[in-house]
Amino acid sequence: MAVEMMERRGHVAQAGKYLIFELGNEEFGTSVMQVREIMKMQEVTAVPQSPHFVQGVINLRGRIVPVMNLRRKFGMPDQDYTDRTCIVVLRVQTDDGEQSVGIIVDGVVEVLLLSQDDIEDRPDFGRETASSHIRGMAKNKGKVKILLDMDRVLSSEELQSFGMAEA
Amino acid sequence: MSQQSNTLIASSTQDKWKACIDELASRLMVEGSDADVAPELRSIAQEAAEQGASSCAETANKLLAALDADRESGTAYLLKDGIAMLRASIDAAGAQTSKSSSAPSSFGEDEELVGDFLVEAREHLSTIEGQLLALERSPSDMEAIHAVFRAFHTIKGLAGFLDFQVIREVAHEVETILDLARNEKLVIESTVIDVVLESGDFLQTELSSVEQSLQSGNPLAIGNHHPLVAKIRSLAAPPATEAAPPPPKKAAKPKATKKQASVETVSQPSEERPEETVVAEPIAAEPIAMPEPSAPVAAKVAAVEPPPAAAPAAASAPRSAPPAKEQGRGADTNSVRVETAKLDHLMDVVGEIVVAQSLIRHNPVLALAADSRLLGDLSQLARVTAEVQRATMSMRMIPVGQLFQRVERVIRDLSRKAGKLVVLETSGVDTEIDKTVAEELADPLLHMVRNSVDHGIEMQADRIAAGKSAEARIRLSAHHQSGQILIEISDDGRGLDSAKIRRKAEERQLISPNAQLTDTEIYQLIFEPGFSTAEKITDVSGRGVGMDVVRRNVEKLRGRIETQSTKGLGTTFQLKLPLTLAIIDGLVVEVGINRYIIPLSGVRETFRPRPDSLFTVEGRDEMVLVREELMPVVRLYERLGIEPRTTQPSEGLLVVLESENKRFCLLIDELRGKQEVVIKSLGEVFKDAPGFSGCAVLGDGHVGLILDIDGIYRGRRR
Repeated sequence: MAVEMMERRGHVAQAGKYLIFELGNEEFGTSVMQVREIMKMQEVTAVPQSPHFVQGVINLRGRIVPVMNLRRKFGMPDQDYTDRTCIVVLRVQTDDGEQSVGIIVDGVVEVLLLSQDDIEDRPDFGRETASSHIRGMAKNKGKVKILLDMDRVLSSEELQSFGMAEA
Repeated sequence: MSQQSNTLIASSTQDKWKACIDELASRLMVEGSDADVAPELRSIAQEAAEQGASSCAETANKLLAALDADRESGTAYLLKDGIAMLRASIDAAGAQTSKSSSAPSSFGEDEELVGDFLVEAREHLSTIEGQLLALERSPSDMEAIHAVFRAFHTIKGLAGFLDFQVIREVAHEVETILDLARNEKLVIESTVIDVVLESGDFLQTELSSVEQSLQSGNPLAIGNHHPLVAKIRSLAAPPATEAAPPPPKKAAKPKATKKQASVETVSQPSEERPEETVVAEPIAAEPIAMPEPSAPVAAKVAAVEPPPAAAPAAASAPRSAPPAKEQGRGADTNSVRVETAKLDHLMDVVGEIVVAQSLIRHNPVLALAADSRLLGDLSQLARVTAEVQRATMSMRMIPVGQLFQRVERVIRDLSRKAGKLVVLETSGVDTEIDKTVAEELADPLLHMVRNSVDHGIEMQADRIAAGKSAEARIRLSAHHQSGQILIEISDDGRGLDSAKIRRKAEERQLISPNAQLTDTEIYQLIFEPGFSTAEKITDVSGRGVGMDVVRRNVEKLRGRIETQSTKGLGTTFQLKLPLTLAIIDGLVVEVGINRYIIPLSGVRETFRPRPDSLFTVEGRDEMVLVREELMPVVRLYERLGIEPRTTQPSEGLLVVLESENKRFCLLIDELRGKQEVVIKSLGEVFKDAPGFSGCAVLGDGHVGLILDIDGIYRGRRR
């Protein structure tokens, strides 16, 4: 029990600035320290036979950056892109060091300065499901933002599940 | 000779000496060779000797001797290296005792210096190895001795400065030996070369542990250098006394013939030789001549042991390319060291410029423009951009000779161990190859050469029985061929036994007994995992790992291996590699809305098939008949699981591709043209993505995936 608490505390979100973006009806936050840039939606080259939540790759000034579809990753239905759809390029820590990864979001809302009082522990729904990538919940102006641990969301083992499909 | 100084030099003395040296250096710079700095040097030498700092004293004395010998070059040497050496030796003398108690566990603020030292010392070690091998071919090559001496000397200076005592001591001992050789008091023979090579290896290991310690922050693990030092000293001891009188008695008997040999050696360098011939083995059996540069006929000769029957032939063999030419290339005084990461970044940015340039050129607004000046400027821009790209590429190129040098060393060691007589011939050493390719190629190449020496080449007796010369030949050659680099490794050994390979492959169930295979296909089996025809396992090769790894490595470089062999006459392996990993010529093809790039090197032709030339096989697979050749058809859209525009081969196009000597046709929708593209990795996320070897930014800024032909074809077989 104590170990679990400790482990949990390690992942609790810190106070600071967060980039808030939306997906469907929910709002998510990721630390601005991780954000490399925000760009409007552009054509993404699909890589066949990659996991369904991998949208493909883009050319970011000569560098190849993989792009994830966060809607699919979170099991939300696909939606047509709008002029608010963005690609947020993040710096992610992987086993092999830092890497740039883009995520497709429905829109970027704001940058929010959150104090420790605004942040609550991540929710416990009594089952050990996929909430390990949530760092905590932030309350702001009566709305709730889900603070994500992007390193976990985009962790390498999640992304490496390939196999040549049988033809 | 040993100068283990245990006296602590007072730091005030040290400072005084340093001030004196600084003064000396500035005088030298101002007055040039007119400056008379001998008195100062002498006083430092004397004081140092009195204080027990024998290494300082020795350094100072050496510099004095150099000055005495030749004012001009002595001064130049003093300015260039001498001052630094003196400083280093003073520092070392001061540091030796104060630091010896506390192990040099971390390098503190010296970290950067240590990093530079590692790079530089490794470079010198590689020079040393190259020069030593050259020296072995022509022991009289003074230039080579000097080059090796200088390299060890620099290492010693640097190591002393950074307080790597073990490295410094070993380098010092070797330097002492080489100094004897330089002054013609020691004859360079293969035992000397062995030990010096061993010292080089030792230093290499030491450098690795320094590097490890630098990276991990752990205390430095110091190797035991005493046996080696003893070995080096033992070399110097007997000849130093014996060789002092100019005409060595040993040479008396074989003089007449040996004189001839040495004359030949000396006269040889005047004529240009396109190829280098190296006698690798047995060096010990070879009489070694060391003529005075001024009077070649009055050469001192030291026969190591009575030469065996084969030796006279071998003795006349040591022919070498003019060493001076190599020297010029090795001394890179006008080069700048740049991190590869920076070059890669430059490459990326230049790639972007190329894309931006092509976007501008194909801009619809400009397409309507009729201003001839604008159009002229635009094409000028295109030309310059292409030139910039080429120039950037060329920065990553190194001559393949550096790679061959490592092979030379391996052959020398191996043939000696296996007791075979092997001559290595190299050609095309100036052929340039991408640095990354060269690095990745080293292991496979070494392995193949090992295999040739171990399996390909017969024992001497067998060779003679087969009517061949006792001395086997391995040829390494490199040249450019249609945008690829072709490296050939051929031996004149026993050749591959296709029946034996086939039997083995059947035993290991790599092929079914009734498979119809051509000889080329059978040879290709030796690259299958777990295949080895060696009857007995040696410590060199024969464990059945290796050739498959070789193939994998070569394929990773987008290269291929082809094997030709004639039983009894030898085997030739051909490595075909791209010039660079950074750029390929690609065929841009379209399937549905997706565009893919096929490396042009694998493309043979494209055509639109007639419906009546297509046949199905058991209702699943398809084949196409072109000019009496039947080829399997692979539908790319099926392979990749994407939506095509057409599923009718007769409405699309077939691209004939070659993969591992097999041809097959790839069905695509349309061709979009040929383009030179800068290859980029797909990154960690897609590292296992099957069927793709990377991606590239296309002319419109979008990303195109590069197809891995073999991967696509294998996907089909599964």
